[in-house]
This record gives sequence, C-alpha cells and structure tokens, in this order.
Amino acid sequence: MPLLEIRNLRRAFYGLDVLRGVDLAVEPGGITGLIGPNGAGKTTLFNVVSGLVPPDAGSIRFDGQDIAGWAPDAVSRRGLVRTFQVARGFPKLSVFQHLMLYGRDQPGESLWQAIVGTRAARDREAELAEQAWATARFLRLDHLIDNPATALSGGQKKLLEIGRALMAAPRLVLLDEPTAGVNPTLQNEIGERLLELPRRGITVLLIEHDMGFIARLCDPVIVMAEGQVLTEGTFDAVRADHRVREAYLGRRAA
Amino acid sequence: MPSYLLFIATIGGIYGLLALSLNLIWGGAGMVNLGLAGFFAVGAYASGLLTTAGQVPIVAGWMAALVAGGFAGLIVTLSTTRLRQDYLAIVTLGFAEVVRLVAANEIWLTRGTDGISGIPGPWKSALGQNFNSVYFLIVVAALVVVFLVVRRIDRSPYGRALRAIREDAQVAQVAGKPVLRFKTEAFTLSAAIAGLAGALYGHFTSYIAPDLFLPLITVYIFLAVASGGTGRPAGALLGAYLVMTLLESSRFFVEWIPGTTAVQRAALKELLIAVALILVLRLKPSGVLPERIPPAPRPATGASS
Repeated sequence: MPLLEIRNLRRAFYGLDVLRGVDLAVEPGGITGLIGPNGAGKTTLFNVVSGLVPPDAGSIRFDGQDIAGWAPDAVSRRGLVRTFQVARGFPKLSVFQHLMLYGRDQPGESLWQAIVGTRAARDREAELAEQAWATARFLRLDHLIDNPATALSGGQKKLLEIGRALMAAPRLVLLDEPTAGVNPTLQNEIGERLLELPRRGITVLLIEHDMGFIARLCDPVIVMAEGQVLTEGTFDAVRADHRVREAYLGRRAA
Repeated sequence: MPSYLLFIATIGGIYGLLALSLNLIWGGAGMVNLGLAGFFAVGAYASGLLTTAGQVPIVAGWMAALVAGGFAGLIVTLSTTRLRQDYLAIVTLGFAEVVRLVAANEIWLTRGTDGISGIPGPWKSALGQNFNSVYFLIVVAALVVVFLVVRRIDRSPYGRALRAIREDAQVAQVAGKPVLRFKTEAFTLSAAIAGLAGALYGHFTSYIAPDLFLPLITVYIFLAVASGGTGRPAGALLGAYLVMTLLESSRFFVEWIPGTTAVQRAALKELLIAVALILVLRLKPSGVLPERIPPAPRPATGASS
C-alpha cells in the first residue's frame, strides 16, 4: 500500500489552475524524485500536501488517513514533515534549538508543565538533547551547535533542514530542492546524508533540478508538467521519454 | 527609606510587572499588544469595584483582577485569530480605548471620570506610616513570583516553541506546533499579569480613574522592554526601573535649568527622556540585557550515535 496517495488534486490561484488533477503515489521506503519544468506545480503540490495551502478538490491519503485540508501542525504531528526551497527557519535560534524544536512528544510544551517544570518534561528534554547531538554530529554541524541559524551558510542551512526533519522522525519527508544554491562538494555530502533517511525508516519525496543528483539518488522519478503528472519511472526511462523532453524544452514548431 | 523613593520603587515594581507581561508575548511570541493599559485598567477596576462596592476581601479582589485580565486577553486573542498578525496591534489599541471610554461613561458602575476613591489598602489603618513599606514588599513578592514563572517559561520547551512562532509562525506550524494554542495561552497569561498589576496599583494609590490608563503607559512599557532587553525577563524588569528612574529623575533635573517656565520644563522633561532612550538604544541596540542563546547542554558521556 502506498504511504502517500494523491488523487485528482486541484488548486487554482486567482483563476489560474496550478494543480490540474494530480494523481501520484509514493511507496514507503525509498527516495522518490519529483521533477518538472518551472511552473509545473511541484512546490504548490508540497504546499497543499503539507497543509499550508488548502486544496480546492481531491484527496491526499497519507498512512491510511485523508489529510487533505488539515492544518500544517496536525499534518506534521501525523508524521509528514517538509522543508523549504529557500531554507527557512528561526534566525535567532541556535542550531541546537532548531533540532530540539522538531523533537516530538515533549510534555514541557504544555504551559502548566513548563511553569511547574515536571520530571517528564526534563527527562524528555534530556533524551531529545542526546538525539540532537547525534543528529548534529551526523550532519557535521556539531561545531556550530550554539550558533544562531542566521550565522550559517546556505549549504549549512540546507543541512540543518534535513537535521530538523530527522529529529521529527517522520514517516515521510518532503524536501524542496535540498541542494539549491549549494556547491558541488556539499551537494555530494547532502546526497550521502539523504541516503541514510530510508535506512531510518523515513520515506523521501524530493524536488530537484540537478539531474545528476536525481539520477544518483532517486528511484522512481515522477515528472510533473502544467499541473499534472506526466509520467513516472526509473530515471533512465523518464529521460528517454520524448514527452518529458518536450515539457522541458518546448514542442518544436510544426 | 524616604517615602518618595519608596513610592517610586513601588510604582516601578508595578511597571516591572507590566514589562514582564509585555515581554512574555512581545519578546516571547512576537505579538504586539498596544492595549496593555487596557488590561491594566481591567484589573484595576475589577479589584477596585469588588473591594469597595462589592465589599470582598482585598486578596479576593487581586485574584479577580488576574481572572478578569486573563479573560479579557482570551476574548481579544480569540477575536483576532482570523486576522493577520499585524491586526492584533490595532485591535488591542482599540480594546484599550474601549475600556477607557466604558470606564469614563458607564457612570452607574465606574463613577465615570470621577473615578473610584477609597480603595482599601491591606492593613492600612493598623500600619499607619509603615503602609508604604509593607506594600512595597507585597509588590516585590508579586514581582518575584511573576518573574520566576515567566523565566521558567522562557527557559522551557514551551518558551522555545514561542520563540519559534515569533521568528516564523508558518515554519513553527510545519514543525508541528499548534501556533494558535501557544499564542492564546501566552496572551491570556500576559493579560492576567497586567490585570494583577492594575489591582496592585489601585490598592496602593487608593484611587483609580479613566485618565490614569492612557495609552502613554503602554508606550512607556514598550520603551522599558526595548531598552532593557526584548526576550529576556531580567532585561524587561531592568528596563521598567530604568524608565521609571528617567521619568522621575528628569523632573528634578529640569528644575536646575535657569530661565525656563513651568511649561517649558515639562516639555524639556519629555525631551530628556526621549534623548536618554535614544542613547540607550544607540549604544545597546538589543537593550541593556539582550536575549541570549542558551548553550546546548554538553553530553555527559562520549560520542554516541
């Protein structure tokens, strides 16, 4: 059974149909690539699935439940976490605080427990702190752990986004261009770290424009164009598909 | 201690409570409450009315002020949930004006612009001259309790989530934080603290009137939190005393300027306060005690992954 199953998803902005009936399924366990020319609706799809933008119509079945129209925090707590194309975060919070924030089930997030300072909250905090250190070391951000996010480089911010997703221990993570604007060395490193996610039981769906990166990491690859899924298959199969080339390069004038 | 200084220290403590209240939501969650004076007034009137016309004990009046302030805060946040964040500032500003106008016009309840006089002070007749000293200690006690509560929150996972909401509410939601619950709770608690401050004020001076709750108080408290340090309870508290000291000391300072009329001196006083605050923020843009990033606790044992 697919982990994420989207049926006939539609969304328009000011009369412009951005998602025109998207159908796709993501099987658990792997890294699925989502590619397509600019304006295909990839990021809008992520926005709708993660709850930031409600859909006009259609269903989003995630882990056995229809989450279409849920609030973003409910979607996140259900086990679906996303990152942003332009790394977004909390500028004045440290790397450590970012990681801790994504930790789940912290009873100290209730006002009463925060004021009283319960043992349950302290114990959970200690557990999460250990996880946060392990995650920071895994991403080689541990030397920056007390730095505010605003002091990180673009690539480090991207790594931190992956770290946040890891801390949430989600079933599915949506990565919006995890290597956009990152130098090739760091890009390789990000790729290697991403391979670890399925090993931890986290399924990945990622948008990316770097075809080398897609070829190395993603199977299958889903191609979107003009608000719909065009085709799906292995990277080599979709690369050979003439419809995909047309979508990227435009139909030759007849 | 000379009674004048004691008076200033007590009022400063009440301003300190207001500063802690504002810092909780402004420094903590980035919510702008331009109606702080309104919640201050709600608390002052709740306790003032209950202990004069209602004849309830003073402590019960203070509890009622906490509840009334909190309830007003709850209503204001819940009525703004569907609005964009900037509108909270406008709604709260309007709320404070509504409170003041109701207090000035609903004469059957509030005695209008005459105000409520004869608000009892605790053990006032028995204490006689010592009343101010004892009341100062009561305000300090309230300040200590509120300070410890807001500092606990500040350093807790709850405070961390509030900060995240301040920085980017949408990403905080993606991180799984129910933003609306956090904001509503924090604002309600903040308004309750402002209500308590109002009650403490009324029972100290024994007189309240609509004119005492002008938006200028809110401005002073914003200045206090900004100059003391946004996002840090100790900074907010320090800022409150800083502003109080400026307000009061400038009064004496302008007396020494020769060849000025009373009106000119009053204007000069405002000017001095403005210049002093500009200087503070020029030299210390994040306030005297800026927000700190708490260092990550170092793992006790070696590396583990």
